[in-house]
Amino acid sequence: MKTTERYQLNKELAQMLKGGVIMDVTTPEQARIAEEAGACAVMALERIPADIRAAGGVSRMSDPDMIQGIQDAVSIPVMAKCRIGHFVEAQLLQAIEIDYIDESEVLSPADDVYHIDKRKFDVPFVCGAKDLGEALRRIQEGASMIRTKGEPGTGDIVQAVQHMRRMNSEIAKLSALREDELFEAAKQLQVPFELAAYVKEHQKLPVVNFAAGGVATPADAALMMQLGAEGVFVGSGIFKSGNPAKRASAIVQAVTNYTDASLIAQLSAGLGEAMVGINEQEIALLMAERGK
Amino acid sequence: MVIGVLALQGAFIEHENMLHTLGVSCIELRNAEDLKKKYDGIILPGGESTVQRKLLYGLGMHSTLQQQIQNGIPVLATCAGMILLASQIEQQDTPCFATIPMTVRRNAYGRQLGSFHTVSTVKHVGTVPMTFIRAPYVTKAEPSVELLASVDDKIVGVQYGRQLAFAFHPELDESTRIHQYFMKLIEERQSQQPV
Repeated sequence: MKTTERYQLNKELAQMLKGGVIMDVTTPEQARIAEEAGACAVMALERIPADIRAAGGVSRMSDPDMIQGIQDAVSIPVMAKCRIGHFVEAQLLQAIEIDYIDESEVLSPADDVYHIDKRKFDVPFVCGAKDLGEALRRIQEGASMIRTKGEPGTGDIVQAVQHMRRMNSEIAKLSALREDELFEAAKQLQVPFELAAYVKEHQKLPVVNFAAGGVATPADAALMMQLGAEGVFVGSGIFKSGNPAKRASAIVQAVTNYTDASLIAQLSAGLGEAMVGINEQEIALLMAERGK
Repeated sequence: MVIGVLALQGAFIEHENMLHTLGVSCIELRNAEDLKKKYDGIILPGGESTVQRKLLYGLGMHSTLQQQIQNGIPVLATCAGMILLASQIEQQDTPCFATIPMTVRRNAYGRQLGSFHTVSTVKHVGTVPMTFIRAPYVTKAEPSVELLASVDDKIVGVQYGRQLAFAFHPELDESTRIHQYFMKLIEERQSQQPV
């Protein structure tokens, strides 16, 4: 199959995930709870970001055995993370037929300059981006889905909000430019002219854009959707909370009906304890600064 | 003519764009209240069938929609939508709407690496591009179900009364012919009903 056709199919899988919630899970049992609650995909990883943050040290791709256990447990797509620039971890994930690879800043970067050449792979990649330039650079490298780089494992939504707002305003700015101003804009963004031209014409990214990082409540998820996210990743927010099944299900419904405040109010009632959360100012390590 | 597009999860905007191209208006069906509005046909889009099914029940939409389909409103279902209409789903206890007597296999082509694009013919429609994304196919259908399309001997398109179900995604390709055929079914029904 031609690379361009494979890339098209990979972008289209992301389109099928829209309006959905992708949940971090560490065991087959959690994966089943997530699927039962209405997750449109699960992210298989050994430790959720809050625990990665607490444990410190180098954090790597998960054990393939553990990932396969989760693949066997559910029928929805299974994603897994590899380190930024670690193309061999990505090769392994492709070898076990993962549905989506997240080249993720949550793990310790393996390369401080280069990201993976994702065009060399048949399986799709999702990458984080804080702004339009970063998103288009990842897309040029072959990412078929983008997400914000909200600070993982904190339960603090502020950074995901920053990234989504910045992305939207940069897209709006680009769209308002004259044709002959686009060359300079592409140079400033450090992206190929053709991608900048696509964004100007369509007023959106050429791939699906999800919110990720810091989502802990149904209201957080709806906030990101109202800001223009096409779906939501929830990491530590679910299985670090008091009643994971109930919270997961509430977040799924809030993403579908993200403008229905009275429904979200009902969904938010009696959910038990949310994850504790850490403020941006209290953390020593900003994972979003990994990979530019 | 107004089409109600189930807009719980998945690629419903792609269907809406296609309807706009054809100059047909549509409304989004997101909750039980939306089902009281007037529409002449229903689109069940691609996405994750487990999610859509869960939301259909959770939001109290399932029985009303099922009733409308049983009463003969035309339906166009793609991928996940096809799974929702099947009376039996392999390795799953309970179906969703169960309004087409057939058995489907979910993720029948395997994981994302098994997704593919092809061109083939659909009865009543002609040759169209077909995009299969982690797609199902039909493993068994009652004789009363009309087979519209097969790819590599697998059934990927059926019609049962005014319900159309496809394993692929016509909304992702440029051809509008399947949607046009769906419009024709709606017009036929309208012409048969007293105004």
